[in-house]
Amino acid sequence: MSRRALLVLPALAAGGAGLGFFAMLRGMGTGGYDPRGVPSALLGKAPPEFQLPPLEGAGLPGLALSDLRAPGRPVLVNFFASWCVPCVIEHPQLMRLSRDGVPVFGVGYKDQPADSRRFLERHGNPYARLGVDLPGRAAIDWGLYGVPETYLIDRGGIIRWRWAGPMTEDTLRAELVPLLRRHA
Amino acid sequence: MIRVLALLLALAGPAFGAVGDPALQLPDAAQEERARGIGRELRCLVCQNQSIEDSDADLARDLRRIVREQVSAGRSDAEVVGFVHRRYGDFVLLRPRFSAATALLWATPAVALLAGGLRRRAPRRRPAASAASVPGALTEAERARLARLEGGAGGDRAA
Amino acid sequence: MIPELGHFALALALALSCAQAAFGLVGPWRGMPRLMAATPPLAAGALLATAVAFGCLMWSFGVNDTSVQNVAQNSHSAKPMLYKLTATWGSHEGSMVLWVLILALCGGAVAGFGRDLPSALKARVLAVLGLVGVGFFAFILGTSNPFDRLWPPPPDGQGLNPVLQDPGLAFHPPLLYLGYVGCAVTFAFAVAALIEGRVDAAWGRWVRPWALAAWSFLTLGIALGSWWAYYELGWGGYWFWDPVENASLLPWLAGCALLHSAVVVEKREALKTWTVFLALLAFGLSLLGTFLVRSGVLNSVHSFASDPTRGVFILALLMLYVGGGFALFAWRAAAMTPAGVFAPLSREGGLVLNNLLLCSIAAVVLAGTLYPMFADLLLGQKISVGPPFFNTALLPLAVPLIGAMAVGAVLPWKRARLFPALQRLWWAALGGFAALLLCLALEGARIGPALGFAAGVWVVLGALADVSDRLALFSRPRAALARALALPRSAWGGAVAHAGMGVLILGLAGMGLATDRLALLKPGESAELAGYTWRLDGLESAQGPNFTARRANVTVLDGGRPVVALAPEKRSFPVGRATTTEAAIHTTVLSDLYAVLGDERDGAAVLRLHHNPLAPWIWIGAAIMALGGALSLSDRRVRVAAPAPKAARGGEARA
Repeated sequence: MSRRALLVLPALAAGGAGLGFFAMLRGMGTGGYDPRGVPSALLGKAPPEFQLPPLEGAGLPGLALSDLRAPGRPVLVNFFASWCVPCVIEHPQLMRLSRDGVPVFGVGYKDQPADSRRFLERHGNPYARLGVDLPGRAAIDWGLYGVPETYLIDRGGIIRWRWAGPMTEDTLRAELVPLLRRHA
Repeated sequence: MIRVLALLLALAGPAFGAVGDPALQLPDAAQEERARGIGRELRCLVCQNQSIEDSDADLARDLRRIVREQVSAGRSDAEVVGFVHRRYGDFVLLRPRFSAATALLWATPAVALLAGGLRRRAPRRRPAASAASVPGALTEAERARLARLEGGAGGDRAA
Repeated sequence: MIPELGHFALALALALSCAQAAFGLVGPWRGMPRLMAATPPLAAGALLATAVAFGCLMWSFGVNDTSVQNVAQNSHSAKPMLYKLTATWGSHEGSMVLWVLILALCGGAVAGFGRDLPSALKARVLAVLGLVGVGFFAFILGTSNPFDRLWPPPPDGQGLNPVLQDPGLAFHPPLLYLGYVGCAVTFAFAVAALIEGRVDAAWGRWVRPWALAAWSFLTLGIALGSWWAYYELGWGGYWFWDPVENASLLPWLAGCALLHSAVVVEKREALKTWTVFLALLAFGLSLLGTFLVRSGVLNSVHSFASDPTRGVFILALLMLYVGGGFALFAWRAAAMTPAGVFAPLSREGGLVLNNLLLCSIAAVVLAGTLYPMFADLLLGQKISVGPPFFNTALLPLAVPLIGAMAVGAVLPWKRARLFPALQRLWWAALGGFAALLLCLALEGARIGPALGFAAGVWVVLGALADVSDRLALFSRPRAALARALALPRSAWGGAVAHAGMGVLILGLAGMGLATDRLALLKPGESAELAGYTWRLDGLESAQGPNFTARRANVTVLDGGRPVVALAPEKRSFPVGRATTTEAAIHTTVLSDLYAVLGDERDGAAVLRLHHNPLAPWIWIGAAIMALGGALSLSDRRVRVAAPAPKAARGGEARA
C-alpha cells in the first residue's frame, strides 16, 4: 500500500463509522436498531421441556410442553405477574386476543397464587391454560429475562416470535396480527 | 463524566450493590470459587453491563443459584456455561465465542500489531536510503540545527 | 432574570466563537495581521461569556430555582449546598455547559500563555478551538438548553441521584472534561500544522505541554471514577470494562501515545505524520465517547436518556471535526517528511514500540466497545464483549509494553545497543524475579498475581535505575546531588510517571490476591477472614441530612486485639426513592479492610467482608503518574516555549 493510501485510511474509517452510527440512530427511530433489545435464543426452535401446575381455584388447566407440541394453530404463551406494572398495561391486549379466538396460555412468574387469582378477578382472564412458575425455573428454561414476555408458537410447535415488555395496540397491529395471519 | 451519568440510570434498575446471600454459597470453597469464575463469564441480562456475580437483580440471583447447583452436581465449566447459553443466546456470554462473526474482534490484537509493524517499516526505509547521515551520535550539523529549532527557527522550513 | 442572562451569555459566546474561528482562519490565509491579532481578545471574550453562563446556571442551582427545568429535574432543596452546586454538571445539559466552559478556558489559556507562538499558528489554533466551540454552543442552544423555564414552577425539584451525592463523583466530571477538552487543544495544533503544512521540533515542543496536561487530567479523572466505583458501588470492583469506562480510557491511551511520540518530534523531528495523526485521534476518541454516551446507541444503562435529535447533532459534529481533521490529514500529511534518522534499536525505536503497543491496546478497546453495536447493525447478531474478553485480548499486548517500558527509558537516542541497556537494568530484572518467587512461595500457585508483582517491581526499579543512571548515583555518588538538581524536570517527570505505573501494576497484582466472604451475623457473632476476626457489635438506625440509614457496627480484631471499627451503611433517600450502600473501608498502606452491609433478617445481617491487599496502590499509582505529568509540565524548557519573539515576527511577516 502506498503512503498516500495509508493517509486516506483514517478518513475512510471515520466516514464508515459515521455512516454506521447514522444508520443506528435512524434505526432507533424506526425500530430497526434497538440497542437494548435481546433476541430470544429459542426462535425457530421448539419450546423447552417444562411442566407447570395449574393455578388453584382458577378452574384452568396447567401448562406443559405437551400442550405446545403441534397445537394445530398458532398459540401465545404469556409470562406475567401481578406485581408487574407493565403487565397491567398489556392486559387489555391479551383480553382482546382471547376474545378474537387466539389461544393465550399464561404463566404466572414468581407470583403467589392468591395474588394471581386477585389479578385475574380484577382485570379479567384471557388465559385458556395457566401454569404457575413460583420458583421461576421454567421461565429460565424459556430464556425469559423479565415480565411480561410473550411467545408466539406456530401450528407446528415452533417458537416464531418473542415480545419482551408489554404488548401495546401498536404491537398487535404492526407485529402480532400479521404473524398470526401468516402462521394461521 | 461518564461513570457519573452512568449511575444516573443505573440506579433506576434494582441491581445495585449486590451483597448476596450466604445461604446461596457452596460449602466447598473450591467449588464456590469455580462457580464465581463461571458467573463472571455470564452477563446479567436485566442490568446489561454487569456479570451475574455483580448484580443483585432477581434473575441474576436465580442464575447464580443454577450455576451453583450445576457445579455441585459435578458439571464442567463448559457444560454450565452451555446450559445458560442455550437459553439466553450469545448475548449472555461476556467472552464472545470465536465464530465467523467474532473472528475480526478476536483478531484485533494481532491485526493492530501487524498493521502497525508494516506501517512502521515503510517510512523508515526511505530516509535511511536517501539520507547521507549514518545513524550514530548527533552530528555537529544536526546539533546546530536542533539548537536553531529550539532557539527559534521560524524561518527554517523543515520539509 | 438570571437564567435569561445565562442564556444570552451562551448566545454571545457562540457569536464570539464564530468571529474567533473566522478571523483566525482568514487572517493568516489572507495575510491580515489585524484579524490575527483580534483572535486572542475574542477568545478571552468567549471565555468571559461562557463563565457568566456557567455562573448563572450554578446560581440557579444554588438558590434551587425550580422554574428552571434543569434545576427542577436534577436538584432538591434538601440537598447539601455542595451537591446543589455540583448538580450543575450532573445532567446532560449542565455537563455540556461545563464542557464548553473548559473549552473556552483552553482557548483563553492559548490566547494568554501562548505569547511565544508565531501569531499565524496561534490564530489558526484559536480558530480551530473557536470552530469546535461554535459546534458545541450551537448544540447546547439548539438541543440542550439548560436555561429552559418551566411554568408553573414545581414546589420542589425531583432530586439528584443519591449515588451522585459524593465528593469523589462530584469532581470526577470536571477532571475528566479537562482531559477531554485538553485533547481539543492538541487537535487544534494538529489541524493548524496541517493547514500550514509544517511540523517541526518547535511544534512538538508546543504540543507536548497540552498533551501532558490533558493526559494528567484524564489520568486523575479516570482514577477518581474508578476509586469512587470501588468505595461506592460496594463490591470491591474498580474497573468493569463498561463501554462508558472504555470511552474515557480510549483518549487516555491515544494521549499517552501522543505524549511519547511528541518527544520524538521535539528531539528528533521524526514521526511527524504519526504524531499529528495521534493528536487528531485523541480528540476524535474524546468526541466519540461523548457521542456514545449521549446518543443512546450504546447498550448501556449508564448513558444519558437518549434523544435522536441530539444524537444526530453530535454525530454531525463528530463527523465535522474528526472527519474533517482526517480528510485534511489525508490531503496535507504527505508533505511532512521525516528529518531525523534512527536505528530500530534506539530511544526513538523504543518510543515507536511504545506507540505501536499503546495504539494496539487502544484498537482492542475500541473494537471491543464498538463490535457489539456493529455486529448488531451489520450482521444482526447480539453479542456481548465483557471483562473476560478484554483481559484475555489485552494481556499479550500489555506484557511487552510493560517489559519495554523500563528498557526504552534507558536507551540512548538515535542508535543503541541492547546489552549496555540491559546491563543497567539487571538489578531491576533481579528484583522482578525475586518478587515472582516470593509471591509464589507465599501465596502458592497463583501465577497471575505473581507475574503482576514481578512486572510492577520491574517497572518501579527500572524507573529507579533510569534516574540513578542519569545521576551516576553509584559510579560517582558525590556529585549525584548536584546532578539531581541539574537534571531537567521532564526527565524526573518521565521516571516518576513510569514508577507510578509500576505502583499501579503492583496494586492490580495485589487485588489479584483479594479475598472476601459473605456472612450472616447476629450482633455479638463474628466471622474470620484473612487472619482477622470481624465481629458484629450491633445494628442501628441513623439519620442523615436527606437520607435515613441502617448502620452495622463491626469491630475487626487481629488475634483478639481490636484493629479498627467499621460502620458500613445502607442509606435510603426518600426523594427519588433510592438506596445506596456505603462500604466501610479501613485503609492501611498494605491493604484495605472493606465491609458492606446487606439485607437484614430475623435480627441478623448479611455482611460482605473483603480483604484487598495493596488496593490503595492502584489509585496512588495513578496519582503518581499524574504527578509525573505535572513535574514534566513544570520543566522550564516546556514552559518557556521556543521560538524567541524575533523569529516569531519573521514567521508573521512570511505568513
